[in-house]
Parts: sequence; structure tokens; C-alpha cells
Amino acid sequence: MSAYQPLKRPLVTLPFLVLTVIALIGTYYLAQRFIHGMGIVTNLNGGYAWGVWVVYDVVVGTALACGGYALAITVYVMNKGKYHPLMRTALLASLLGYGLGGVGAMIDMGRYWQFYNIFTPWHMNFNSVMLEVGLCVATYILVLCIEFAPTLLERFGAKGLVKALNKVLFIFIALGVLLPTMHQSSLGSMLIAMGWKVHPLWQSLHLQPLLAILTALTMGFAVVVFEASFSSVGFRRPSETPLLAGLGKGIVGLIAAYLLFRFGEILINGKFGLIFAGDLGSLMFLLETALFVFPLLVLSSAKYRGQGSLLLWASVSMLFAGSLYRFNAFLITYDPGAGYSYFPSTPEIMVTAGMVALEIMIFLIVVKKFPVLHDAKHA
Amino acid sequence: MKRRDFLKASLGGGAALLGTGTAEARGNLEPAEDAIGMLYDSTLCIGCKACVSKCKEVNGMPPTSLGEETAWDAARDLSAETLNVIKVYSEGAGKLKDAVKDGYTFEKRSCMHCVDPGCVSVCPVTAMRRDPKTGIVTHHPDACIGCRTCMVGCPYNVPQFDYDNPFGEIHKCQMCNQAGVERIDQGEMTGCAEVCPTGATLFGSRKALMEEAKRRMTLKPGEIYNYPRGDVRNPESHHEKAVPEYQQHIWGEKEAGGTNVLHISSIPFDKLGMPPLEERSYASISETVQHTLYSYMALPAIALAGLTYVVRRNTDDEGGDDS
Repeated sequence: MSAYQPLKRPLVTLPFLVLTVIALIGTYYLAQRFIHGMGIVTNLNGGYAWGVWVVYDVVVGTALACGGYALAITVYVMNKGKYHPLMRTALLASLLGYGLGGVGAMIDMGRYWQFYNIFTPWHMNFNSVMLEVGLCVATYILVLCIEFAPTLLERFGAKGLVKALNKVLFIFIALGVLLPTMHQSSLGSMLIAMGWKVHPLWQSLHLQPLLAILTALTMGFAVVVFEASFSSVGFRRPSETPLLAGLGKGIVGLIAAYLLFRFGEILINGKFGLIFAGDLGSLMFLLETALFVFPLLVLSSAKYRGQGSLLLWASVSMLFAGSLYRFNAFLITYDPGAGYSYFPSTPEIMVTAGMVALEIMIFLIVVKKFPVLHDAKHA
Repeated sequence: MKRRDFLKASLGGGAALLGTGTAEARGNLEPAEDAIGMLYDSTLCIGCKACVSKCKEVNGMPPTSLGEETAWDAARDLSAETLNVIKVYSEGAGKLKDAVKDGYTFEKRSCMHCVDPGCVSVCPVTAMRRDPKTGIVTHHPDACIGCRTCMVGCPYNVPQFDYDNPFGEIHKCQMCNQAGVERIDQGEMTGCAEVCPTGATLFGSRKALMEEAKRRMTLKPGEIYNYPRGDVRNPESHHEKAVPEYQQHIWGEKEAGGTNVLHISSIPFDKLGMPPLEERSYASISETVQHTLYSYMALPAIALAGLTYVVRRNTDDEGGDDS
């Protein structure tokens, strides 16, 4: 008998119905986008070519989906088997988050009917960071499907297939660690070519890939802590705080390294004064830094780390910190010059909200129908 | 401008912190040997917008109107229907042509045809190309997936996507040499240079235009100079005019690796809305980082080998957990 069980709760609940309505509104505007073009739904313009669809769905969304990546490093690379019970939940959230990223990229693609050009060798431009991101994310979605497949196959009783898959799964687990390392750092490298339009406090040029991967990892660990704490509260399941507090220690190292490089670059390049310039950039920087420092303080104390609610707040703060770092760099303090401004339109936001709602709905359906959550009795 | 001040510093500091040596660095690309280009002299421009109109005629794009009366093309900025636009600089009273204070002048916005183009570097599907012979930066919609990375990767915000069309494409100046137009291949000049009545937009090879621009830098303000019109090597006519007080700066000689379209003016370029660019192109920094990490895929291959070994060992340990 598997240590994982479907959650025996009713499928259609009030929150589920609310999510359905949001998803339907999003679908309506999405249809408009494909019938009339992006202009009717979005506020994109000549200076702001990327809005919330790219920056949330792809850049932030895939980083929020790094739970599977972070946990795979812990369990399979650092060999901390005790965290294994969290694995399936993290993988499912990653699969859905990356799926959203993939769908979001397609929706935003102006010439989506030619998307396959990115897979044809004679079109590939190997100097392009975007090519690396596109190919790597697409491959990782496939890898996540394979990693998650045992959960689905188990449900349908395909024992032979599960056994065969488990024999070769280590290759895909290894790929599942390598690929996010590649494309999450590349998402940072994309900012290099955006040059002067990226605010100096966020334009670290050569350091972009390093800062991107460090924040992706913190977000990955944060999302694992968040999901586990939240599902123990939301579904009234036994608390996993002791397990999560252990992860917290690892996060401290990551945030410390991130802050060291981030401030090191700013100091060395004489940009320190910009932090206190009192403009939008400085304000956002201070807010973002505070969101990184709060979890650092909570998690470095053994006393605070052991408290479920503080741990939850620390993880939320970290998720906002990493998200804001990306939003700031790509959108909020991004400035293509005089004459251009951007704020997402309501339909634009609704499309993204609708997709997130759909993502959560699928998550709820899968954990209630398939053996994803770890049965506490077996722990 | 604060962004300008910090970018240069970021270059050195960032590299030092990460330890990426400059030995493997890819430098800026060099200009094509026979690159063609244009020289825009804002002191000659009278803002008649004949170039804007001709550009739309050549590219088959409709005029942009400001309300009912369409006396002139009223495009304010580049768009999917405007590949070339004339903007106005005005300071204080805005009365004296080419004066920094209380003056006004015009500034042309169109593709600068970078020597080391950001759009070409960032495009995942090679839909932006630099012509090896002419140096013209061309766009190929048959390859384009519409990701618009070229737009964010262009320091001048030149490529424009047609958001209002469900099957839109990227539009940019291709120096009147795109398939179906091919003015350059047929020995003609660009439409905008051909119709410019004052020679403010001059056509020619990058080398010849650079010589002309440098010559103008050495002229004494007030002396009479015989300005050519049309093609710099084979002008269709000349006109005499007193030399203005030029800024000693040829935009496009060095900025981010240089451009094939050069600008000169009596007003500093940051006041004319030109971006804060250093000499090193962002494309070259981006490609240096990318090719350091992904050289022959060696690092990823080694990492994968190591990870496979470790994961294999660790999954074997767990045994019963997965069965």
C-alpha cells in the first residue's frame, strides 16, 4: 500500500466555484485576444513590449514553481530522505506552475502559430538567451510530467509500468535539477540585453544569472514551506513544522548569499546612493530588501523557526521578496524612456488571474483524486 | 542622466565579482566592410516630414491622422505603421533654431542599424539578421514567433509589434531594401534621403558618411559650407548655408558598438532623447555571459553527469520508499 493517499474531501466547494467564475472571466478575455489581437486586451505598447503576462506568468510564475526543483536538490542531491513526503505535492505545484508559464508564453506570443520555429535547428540563434529559456523550459515541463507520472499510474493500478519507470527515474530527477538551474539563471541573463532600460539597482549585468538562480532557489524552498504549512492549516492535516524548520536553515544560507552579492555589486559599482534617492526605484528596493531580511531574521533563530505561524509568514515574505525582485527588474522600475508608460489593463489582469485560478482548481482536483499527499500515519 | 553614470561602473564591478575573465569576452562586432547608412544632421532639418510621408509610401503604410483634418502625417512616435518619424526639441521660448537655450530643433527616429544589434543577438529564431554585406538589420516575419524580445533588447525601442492585428508582425526600417522594395540592390537610395529637401538625411556608405560628419565637426561656426543632398558620393545638388555650432559628437561612431545611421546636432543628444549608452554593446556582454556558461554545453554536461551519479546513489539508498 502506498504511503500516499487521495484527500477524501468533496470536490465542489465554495472556493472551487469562485475559482471557476474567475477562470471563466479570464477565458472570455483570452478569446478576445485571439479574435481581435493583443491590443484590445492589453496595455502593451512600443516601449513596454512585456507586461504582466510575460513577467508574472513566465518570469515570476516559473520561479514560484521551483518547489519541485528545490526539494529535489534536498532529497536526491543532499540525500535528506526525510523530506520525501513533501515531494509529490511540490512536483504537482511545479508542473502546474511551469504549465502556466508555458501557456502564458504561448498566449503572449504575437505569432504563436509559428512557435515551433524555436525547435527547428535552422532557426535557432545560439547567442539568444531567450532560445535557452524556451528550449529549457519546454524540456523541463516534459521532465516534470515524467517525474509526476508514477502518481497518476499508481492511481490506475499500472504497477508494472510504475516499476519500469522507477528504474530509470533517476535520469529524469537529475535532469529535473539541471534544467531549472539553467533556465532560472537565464531568466536573469535576459535582463543584460535590456541594458539601460533596467534600473541601475537591478542592472547587475554579469551577476544577473547568479542573483536569479539564488532567488529562484529561495522561492522554491519558500513555496515548499508555504504549501506544507498551508495545507496543514487549510485541510486541517497534521502539522509538518519540524520538517519545515529544517528547510528553513538552508534558506538562511541562500538569502545571506543573495544579499551579499546584491549589496556587494551595488557598493562596488558606487550605486549605494540610489538606495536612498527617495524615488520609485529606491522605495521598491527598500521594500524588496525588507521582505528578504524578515525571513532571514525569523529563520536564523531556532526559537522562531519552530513556530508554525512565523514559519508560514517567513515563507510568504520570501515569496513576495523574490517575486518583487523580478517585477521590479522587468516591469515596475523598467523604463524604456520618455513617452512610454504601462499599467496592466483589467482584462490583462483577469487573463492572468483566470489562469492562476485554473491552476489552483487542477491542483485541488488532483490532490483529491490521486495519491499526492503523504499519509501522516506512514510518516 | 543617472542611468548613464552607473552602467559603466557595473561593467567592471560585475565582472570582477563573478570572476568572469575578459579573456573569453566577446567584444563588439565590427562594421561591415561596405556598410551603407545615413547621416542625419538635425541642424539642416526643417521638420517638413517629407521623409515620413515617403517612408509610408515606400512601405505601404497609411498616414496617421490627428482627428478629422489630415493636413500632414501626425505620427508622434514609431509604431507598426510608422517606421520613421521627426520629433521636435523645444526649450524655453523655443524660438531659435539649433540653440540649446530658448531654442528648437528636430530629431529623426528610425532604426539606427546598429553595428552590433541587440535585436539580432536576442532573437531566439534568427528573425532579425544583419546583412553581411550592407550591414542592414533585416526582419523576417516567416521566422518570427512574436516573443518581442527584440523590442526589449533594442536600446532605441525601434522594432514595433502590430498589437491591433490578431496576426500581427514586427515592423522596422529595413533601409528600403526588403523583398519587394529592394531600392538599395537596384542602386537607388533610401526613400527618406531621396526626398529630403535640405540634405538633413543623407544616404551613402558608412565610411563616406563618417568622413562627411567628421568634416562638419571641423568647420568654423558661421562660415559658409556647401551641403550636399541625396547621396553623399553622388549628390544630386548642393545648397550653401552658414555652419552652426555643432556638438563635437557623432552619434553612432561608438555608441554600443556604433550604428550605420549617424546623427549630428547642435544640441546634446541626451536632450534629444537618445539613450544613455556606453561604448560596449549589451549584446556583447549578454553573449559573453551566455557563452561562458554554455561553451560547447560542457558545464551542463558535467553537471548532468555528476547529478545523475549522485541521484542514482541516493535513490538506491531509499529502496522501499518508491515501490
